[in-house]
Formats: sequence, structure tokens, C-alpha cells
Amino acid sequence: MPKLPAPPLPAPLKAPPPRPGESNGDGGPLEGAAHAGISVVDWVDERTSLSGAARWLMFRKVPKGTNWFYTLGSATMFAFLSQAVTGVFLAMYYRPDPAGGAYESIRYVTNDVFLGQFVRGMHKWGSSVMVILVFLHMGRTFFFGAYKYPRELNWVIGVVLLILTMVMSFTGYLLPFDQRAYWATIVGVNINGTGPLIGPYLSDFLRGGSEFGATTLSRFYAIHMLLIPGLLVALIGAHLFLVTKLGTTAPPWSKAESSPELREAEL
Amino acid sequence: MSDKHAKRKSKYTLDRGIPGAFEGETITRRRFMTGTANLTGALATTAFALPALGFAIGPIFKSTPHRWETVGTVDQFTDNNYIPVVITLTPSIGEAGKSTAYVRKYNPAIDTDPYDQGTPFIAISSRCAHVGCPVRWVDASERFICPCHGGVYDLLGRRVGGPPVRPLDRFYTRVTGENVELGPRFSVNSHLRRFSPRDPGEPLDGIGQYLYPSRPGAQKL
Repeated sequence: MPKLPAPPLPAPLKAPPPRPGESNGDGGPLEGAAHAGISVVDWVDERTSLSGAARWLMFRKVPKGTNWFYTLGSATMFAFLSQAVTGVFLAMYYRPDPAGGAYESIRYVTNDVFLGQFVRGMHKWGSSVMVILVFLHMGRTFFFGAYKYPRELNWVIGVVLLILTMVMSFTGYLLPFDQRAYWATIVGVNINGTGPLIGPYLSDFLRGGSEFGATTLSRFYAIHMLLIPGLLVALIGAHLFLVTKLGTTAPPWSKAESSPELREAEL
Repeated sequence: MSDKHAKRKSKYTLDRGIPGAFEGETITRRRFMTGTANLTGALATTAFALPALGFAIGPIFKSTPHRWETVGTVDQFTDNNYIPVVITLTPSIGEAGKSTAYVRKYNPAIDTDPYDQGTPFIAISSRCAHVGCPVRWVDASERFICPCHGGVYDLLGRRVGGPPVRPLDRFYTRVTGENVELGPRFSVNSHLRRFSPRDPGEPLDGIGQYLYPSRPGAQKL
């Protein structure tokens, strides 16, 4: 019996041609698994066009002379990610109770929880690491002149990120609720209060009243784990978008090479 | 040019030749819908943002009721030296809500300023007027000394050295029966004139009292 010709299939429904070095779909389980993965990625990409965004983000031209100093921004971001992840897990144990519960929960994490001391240590020392990296990154940007046109807005966003990092350090310092945390916060809030006209209102806002009170600790906790992290994530996104859009700068010592045609024209 | 200008000036959509215009209509339906959608969005945002903001900044305007706390009996205190007493500034949060005050009897030979006339007891707050560390009374030197940044105050709580910007705060005192009671805090300037309580680091001399206004919830005793 003669075979009927197959109906014409629209292009997206046709099986893709074999990839170089592969047989057509029947090359064993390994190849089948690879094809399954590729088709899942394709399915998502067809509906989101994410591969274009990923290429735009990752395969960028970088200037000649790019060196290790250019990794300080990524290092800061990874310090932030480390803080975010360890912070989420610390929040599973922490209790913002000023009548002794806060200190007790930190003591419990440090002494009794498996790896608790390690994870808390990562969060505690990581905060200092992040502040140091932020300043190194800022210094790199300044000394390489990378804040100049058209990157001024990214410098401004970076300064806001620096301030938010400092707010994170300040609010996080109270949370262990030991003597050092308590008095450092008293002093810090009162330094805020020395600003003329708005200072007194600012310190009342931070404390949630005229004296260090029952809500001060939970206020700091909410600022530390909800308010500022959201802002930080949003602004890091904007920072990265601008870096990708504008590209990075060449180091100041690398000389621009003019093309031979131009050099002739100069003569 | 002048034509176009005149044409634009008409407030009626019909005159402006907009398709589907009604007689007497002054705003296009597209503009009206855009405006309505924007306004709805603004209203919805305000509806959650304003209560949340008020909730967050509300404590600034809250006035706390006056508390009087018994700290000892009348014959427990002398008129030439301070006795430290522990007082509760914020109840129900344990140690974090407590503070130390230094109390002595009113002494007409020392308390010569007019503002202290008729005060049965002098109660000095241990909160340093620099940035709020706890000062301690050092008997030998007859000074209040702050451990943090070296603030030094004399017997009356007036600054004699270091960074503080005004004398130590005080508490109102009263005697009920045999008991000495401490009331709300007040701040003083360098002449010991009384002001509603200010935070540390806020000077009260000169224009200081205007640069660092009293908090809205503070009540006069």
C-alpha cells in the first residue's frame, strides 16, 4: 500500500535537525537526557526571550587592561548574597524580645544549634567584609575615574547602596542584645539626635518613643530584615543594569589606540 | 501659526475636530479614562501608604503618662552626697528598661540656683548629656564621670570637662508619706533652667533650645 505523504507541519512543531556530532534523537539515554534539557530551556526561552537578556548581561565587550580590581563589585555582591542567605537562616531562630528572649535566642544559636556558631559567625564577620569591600569598590571607581560621564547616576546609586549598607550594620548591631549592642545603639541613636531640627524626631522614630522601649528592638529587626534588604536588592539590580548598559571603563593607564587611517589624517 | 493657535484654544472637542466628539464636550474620553485610571491608582496607593506611614511615625507624637516610682525613704538620703537608685524608665522589658539615678536631699548651701527652690530632693539622671552613656558618681573627686568619652560633671550635674553639651538631666521628685518618689525626666541648661526632656547631645543654651525642639508628646508637669 502506498504511503500517504505526511501533512505539512508548521516549523515550531518539527523535530529540530540533529546537532553537530549527534545522531537524530536515538543516540542512547545520555543524548536523550541532553535533548530533554535543551527542549525545556527552549520552551522557556520561546516564551520569555530570556536567552537574549542573558547574552546581553554576560557576553559583553570589556576594555583592554581589565584586571582584578574590576572584581570588587562582584565581590561586594557575593558578600551581600552571603549575608542574605545566612540572615534568612538566622531569622529562623531569632526572637526580637527585649526582656531577655533576644539574647537567649542568640545564645542558643551560638552554643546549641548545629553549625549555629559558624553561620552566625559568617553573618557577623561577613558584615564587616561587606563594608570593607564596598569601600574598596568605591575607591576603585574613584581612582579609575569610572564615576565620570555617562556613569554619574551609577555612582549616585552606589552611594545610596553604601548608606543602606551602613544602616544594615547599625540596625544589625543591636540584635544580639548584649551590653555592647545595647549601649552602641543608645549612642548611635543619640548621635542621630544631634542633627538640628529633624534630629530629635529621627531618634524618636528609631526608638519608637522617647526612651529605649519595648518596640525599639522589633523596629530595628524589621528595618534590618525587611525594609533595607528590599531596597538593597532593588538598587543592586539598578546598579547592575547600568553597568551592563554602559559597560566598564578602561584603566586610566591604558592609552587609547587610534586607527592608522586617523593617524595619517592627523599628518 | 496664529490659525493653529486659535484652533487649539477652543475648549470644545467638537471645535478641535476630534473624531466622535460630542457637543459641549471639553475633555476627550481618552484623557478622561487616563486621568481616572491614574487617580484610582493614586488613591489606592495613598490608602495603604498613609496609614502605614502614620503607624511608623506615630510614636513621635505619642505622650507617655507620668510615672512616679518610689526609690526609698526620706531618712535614707543625705544632703551632701549621692545615693544611687535604680529606676524603671520603660516597664516590662526587664533590665533594658532600667536606669540609675543619683539622689540626695535638697541642700540650700549647694543648690543656690532659683529653679531648685522648694524641691525636696535632687535626682540626677546617670544618662550622659554627650551621647547617653551611663555616668557614675565618683565620691573621691566629687564628680560625675562618663566612661565613654570622658565627660565630667560637678556636684550639681553641670559640665566641667569633656564633650557634653549641657548638664546632666534630672528627675522631678516628691515625698509621699515617708517615701521619696521620682517622676518624669527634665533637662536643664547651664544655668539649671528647666526644659522638657531632650535627648543627649542636644544643647539648650542660646539657640540650642530652638534647634532641638521639645518633642510633641512632652507634657509640662
